[in-house]
Amino acid sequence: MSQSVAVNSNLDFVVRDHHAPNGTLLGFWLYLMSDCLVFAALFATYGVLSQSYAGGPTGAELFDLPLVALNTAFLLFSSITYGFAMLQMQQGKKHGTMIWLGITGLFGAAFLAVELYEFYHLIHIGAGPQRSAFLSSFFALVGTHGLHVMIGLIWLVTLLFQLSKHGLIQENRRRLFCLSMFWHFLDVIWIGVFTFVYLMGSMT
Amino acid sequence: MSESFDLGKLIFGRLTLESFPFHDPIIVATFIMVALGGSALLVAVTRAGLWGYLWREWFTSIDHKRIGVMYMILGIVMLLRGFADAIMMRLHQAMAFGDSMGYLPPDHYDQIFTAHGVIMIFFVAMPFVVGLMNYMVPLQIGARDVAFPFLNNFSFWMTASGAILVMLSLFVGEFAKSGWLAYPPLTGILQSPGVGVDYYIWALQIAGVGTLLSGVNFVVTIIKMRAPGMTLMKMPVFVWTSLCTNILIVAAFPVLTAVLAMLSLDRYLDMNFFTNDLGGNAMMYVNLIWIWGHPEVYILILPVFGVFSEIVATYSGKRLFGYSSMVYATVVITILSYLVWLHHFFTMGSGATVNSFFGITTMIISIPTGAKVFNWLFTMYRGRIRFDVPMLWTVGFMVTFVIGGMTGVLLAVPPADFVLHNSLFLIAHFHNVIIGGVVFGVFAAITYWYPKVTGYKIDEFWGKLTFWFWLLGFYLAFMPLYVLGLMGVTRRMSQFDDPSLQIWFQIALVGAILIGIGIFCFLMQFYVSYRKRDQLRDETGDPWDGRTLEWSTTSPPPQYNFAFTPRVYDNDAWWQMKANGYQHPKEGFLPIHMPKNTAAGIVIAGISTVLGFALIWHMWLIAGLSFVGLIGAIIAHSFNYKRDYYIPAEEVATVELQRREVIA
Amino acid sequence: MSDVHTHDNHAEHHHHEEAPHASFSGYMIGFLASVFLTAIPFWLVMGGVFESKATTSLIILAFAAVQIVVHMVYFLHMNFHSEGGWNMLSLLFTAVLLFITLFGSLWVMYNMNVNMMPGMMQ
Repeated sequence: MSQSVAVNSNLDFVVRDHHAPNGTLLGFWLYLMSDCLVFAALFATYGVLSQSYAGGPTGAELFDLPLVALNTAFLLFSSITYGFAMLQMQQGKKHGTMIWLGITGLFGAAFLAVELYEFYHLIHIGAGPQRSAFLSSFFALVGTHGLHVMIGLIWLVTLLFQLSKHGLIQENRRRLFCLSMFWHFLDVIWIGVFTFVYLMGSMT
Repeated sequence: MSESFDLGKLIFGRLTLESFPFHDPIIVATFIMVALGGSALLVAVTRAGLWGYLWREWFTSIDHKRIGVMYMILGIVMLLRGFADAIMMRLHQAMAFGDSMGYLPPDHYDQIFTAHGVIMIFFVAMPFVVGLMNYMVPLQIGARDVAFPFLNNFSFWMTASGAILVMLSLFVGEFAKSGWLAYPPLTGILQSPGVGVDYYIWALQIAGVGTLLSGVNFVVTIIKMRAPGMTLMKMPVFVWTSLCTNILIVAAFPVLTAVLAMLSLDRYLDMNFFTNDLGGNAMMYVNLIWIWGHPEVYILILPVFGVFSEIVATYSGKRLFGYSSMVYATVVITILSYLVWLHHFFTMGSGATVNSFFGITTMIISIPTGAKVFNWLFTMYRGRIRFDVPMLWTVGFMVTFVIGGMTGVLLAVPPADFVLHNSLFLIAHFHNVIIGGVVFGVFAAITYWYPKVTGYKIDEFWGKLTFWFWLLGFYLAFMPLYVLGLMGVTRRMSQFDDPSLQIWFQIALVGAILIGIGIFCFLMQFYVSYRKRDQLRDETGDPWDGRTLEWSTTSPPPQYNFAFTPRVYDNDAWWQMKANGYQHPKEGFLPIHMPKNTAAGIVIAGISTVLGFALIWHMWLIAGLSFVGLIGAIIAHSFNYKRDYYIPAEEVATVELQRREVIA
Repeated sequence: MSDVHTHDNHAEHHHHEEAPHASFSGYMIGFLASVFLTAIPFWLVMGGVFESKATTSLIILAFAAVQIVVHMVYFLHMNFHSEGGWNMLSLLFTAVLLFITLFGSLWVMYNMNVNMMPGMMQ
C-alpha cells in the first residue's frame, strides 16, 4: 500500500485504495508453490514405482544422457535469455524485451521438440507409458513438466502480442514478471527431474 | 451405414439411449420431480423477468458478498440432494434383513453411498465453508473485496460446474460405486468400465481448480489487504482460521489433482500406476489421496472453529479467552495435519514402526484441539451469556464434538483400529465430528451473520426448532452406529443376515427422519423470517453487540463495504471503537475504485463443464473443440485490460449519509 | 496517493507493483554457477567417476540442492525480505511438505512392501 491518509485527522478511519500492492506477484508465487506440490506427488510416485519394471526396460537401458544434457542446456539458456528480457524491460525497452522473449521461446520450443522426439522414440521401441509402472510414472512426471513448458510457450506468445499492442504498461510488466517466475520455476523442477530421474536412473 | 455409425460414435461417444436409466423407477420418479420443480422455477423466474437481474447482479458479479451468498445457496441445494441419499440408505438398511432385500438393488445402493459422501464433502461442506469465508473475511479485515475478484467469481462457477456434473450423473449414466475416495483397483478400467468413476474424476478435478484458486485468493487477501493497524496478532480468530484453511487448500489440493490425474491416465490411456499388472501399486493411490484427505478434514473444521470463537466471545460479552493460544493451536494443527495421513490405513500393513509413528502424531494433534475447547469454556466462564440460537449451536457443538474427538483418539490406536477399521464405528465417528462440528458450525454462522447479509434476523422460534431437531436427530441416528460398529458391522453393506441388528438400524432411521425435519425447519426459518422481516429488521448493523469489523458497516453492507477503512488498534477492533466513542466521517468522500463485473468466469466454467462431460462420455470431437474453446476463452479474457471503474465521490457520499442517517 | 486521484488514465497513477530489481551480473553469476553445477553431475554419471552408486547419488543430489538454491536466489530473486517474508515462508513451508510427501511416501510404501510382499523385495 502506498500512503494511507487520515481524513480530517480522524483516528478511527482512513482512506485507502482497493488494491493490494504486489498482490498478483504473491498470488502467483503461491500458485507456483501449489504446482510444486503437484510435482511432489509425481516425484513421490516415481520414487515408489521407479523399480517396478515388470520385466520391461530399465532407466539405465533407456535414458540417452547426451540428449538430456542437450535439453538441460536449452532450458538453462532459456532461463538466462528470459533474464535478459527482464533487464530490457527494466530499462523500458519494448523491442529488446520482445526479442529476448522470442529467443527464450525458441529455446523452449527446442526443448519441447527434443522431449517429444524422446517420447516418440521410447514409444516406438515398445517402452511406452503402458509398458510398466516405472514407465507410467516416468512419462507422467516428465510429461507434466513438458506440459508446463507448453503452457509457458502459449503464454509467451500471447504476451508477445499483448506487448506489441499495449507496450510495457503496468499490466504487461506484471505479466512478464509472472511468466518469468513460471519459467524459472520450470527450470528448478527440471533440476529435480534430470538429477532424480535421468542421472540416478542411469546408474547401474 | 458403418460410416454414419462412426460419426455418431465421434459425436456421442459412449452415450446411447441405454445410458438413461429408464428402467429404474426410483430414478425416473426423482427425475420427474426434479424436472417439474426445475421448470416451475424457470417459469417463475421468467415470469418475474428476473433473468437480466440475476445475470447482471449475481451470476457475473465479482462482489465477494454476492459470491458468498451463491456459495451458500449451492451448499443448501446440494445438502438436500446429499440428505436424500442419506435417508434412502437409512430406509433401505432398516428394511434389508434376512430374506428382505430392501428396496434398493446393490449397485444402486453403492452409487448412493458414494454420491452421498462426495456431495456432502465437496459440494456441501466445502461451499458452505468457502461461502462463509467469502462473505466475512473481507469485512472482518476492513477490505473492499478480495485480492482477485474475478478469480473469485470463476472459482465459484468451477465449483458449481463440478456439482452440475455430479447431478447429471443421476440421470445420464451412473455414478461411481466405489466409495467417496474411489480406491483402485476397484476404480480401474477393468473393474469399473462404466462412466461412474469418470464422472467422479472430472467433477472433482473441475471443482478442485475452483477450490485451489479461491485458496490462493484468500491467502493473498488476508496477507495483503488488512486494515491499517491490524497486525497478524490482531486479526479476528475467524480470519486466522481462514488463513490456515486456505494455506491447507493451496498445499493439499495439488496432491488430489495429481493423484486423480494418474487414475485418469490408468483409465484412459491404460497406464499402470495403480493397476494389478505390470508393477502398478494400488496402495500408492491410497497413500497419496490421504496426503490430501487428512488436511481436507482440517480445511473443513478450522473455519468453523473460528466461527465458534467469534460467537462465544460475542454472546458471552467477553473477550475471547486465550487469543494467542487459539492462534498457535490453529497453526500447530495446520502443520500437524500433514503428519497423520496414514491413520486412515493402518491396516495396509506398513508394520509397527510406521503405524506407531502415525498413531502418536494423531494423538498429538488432539492436544491443540482440546486447548481450543478449554478456551471456549473459559470464555463462557463468568460471562453474561445470552443463549441465542448461535450460542445453542455452539454448546451443542462442544458436547458433540468432544465425543467425536474421543472416538477419534480411540481409532488412532493402531490395534484398536485393526478391529474398528471400515466398521460403522468409523462412520459414526466421522459423522460425529463433521455434523457435530462443521454442520453445527455452519448453521451457527448462518444464524449469527444472517442479519448482516439481509438486514433482518432469523426468526428465533424456527431457529431453535432447527437446532433441537438436528441435535436429537443426530444422536439418534449415529449413536446406534457406534454400537453396531463395536459389534463388528462393516460399512458399505446393503444387506445383513442377523435380525438382531435390525433394531439399531431402525433407531438410526428415526434419527435420520428427525434430521429431515430439522432440514425442513432450517428452510422454513428463511421463509418465516422473510415474511416477518419488518419485525425482525435490524437498523443498527450491529444486532448482537458484536466485536469485529463486519458489524461496523450497515446491513447489508454497501457494495464497497467501507467508504472509510477503519483503523485498528486492538483485537476486537469494533468493540474498542464503540468503547472509545468513534466518529464516522461525514465528509471527505473519495471516488472508490471497483472491479467491473464480468461474464468470463461463468463462460469459462461453462466450457469446462462441457469438456468434462465430453471426456466422461468419450465424445472426442466435442472434447477437442471445447478444449480449444477453453484455451481460446482464457486467452481472450487476458486481452481485456479494462477491468475496473470508479464509483464517484458524490454517489459514495449520498449512499453513506443515507445509511448513517437510518442508523442515527 | 489517494488525494491525487483522477478518473482517467488509471494505469499511470496506479502505484507501481514493486518487482525485485534484477541485474546483469546477478543473472550471469547464476547462469555460470548453474552451468558448473549441471555439468559436474552429468560428468560424474556419464564418466562413471565413482565406483559406488550411493556416493554418486549423494553427490549429485547435493549438487541439485545447491543449484536449486542458486536458481532461487539469482533467477527468482528470493530473499527474506520480499513480500514481507511471505515468499520465503511459503517456500520453506512448501519445501517441508515436499519432503514429507516424498520421503513419507517412500518410507510408508517401502515398509508395506517389506511386510506384505517380502517375495517382491530384492
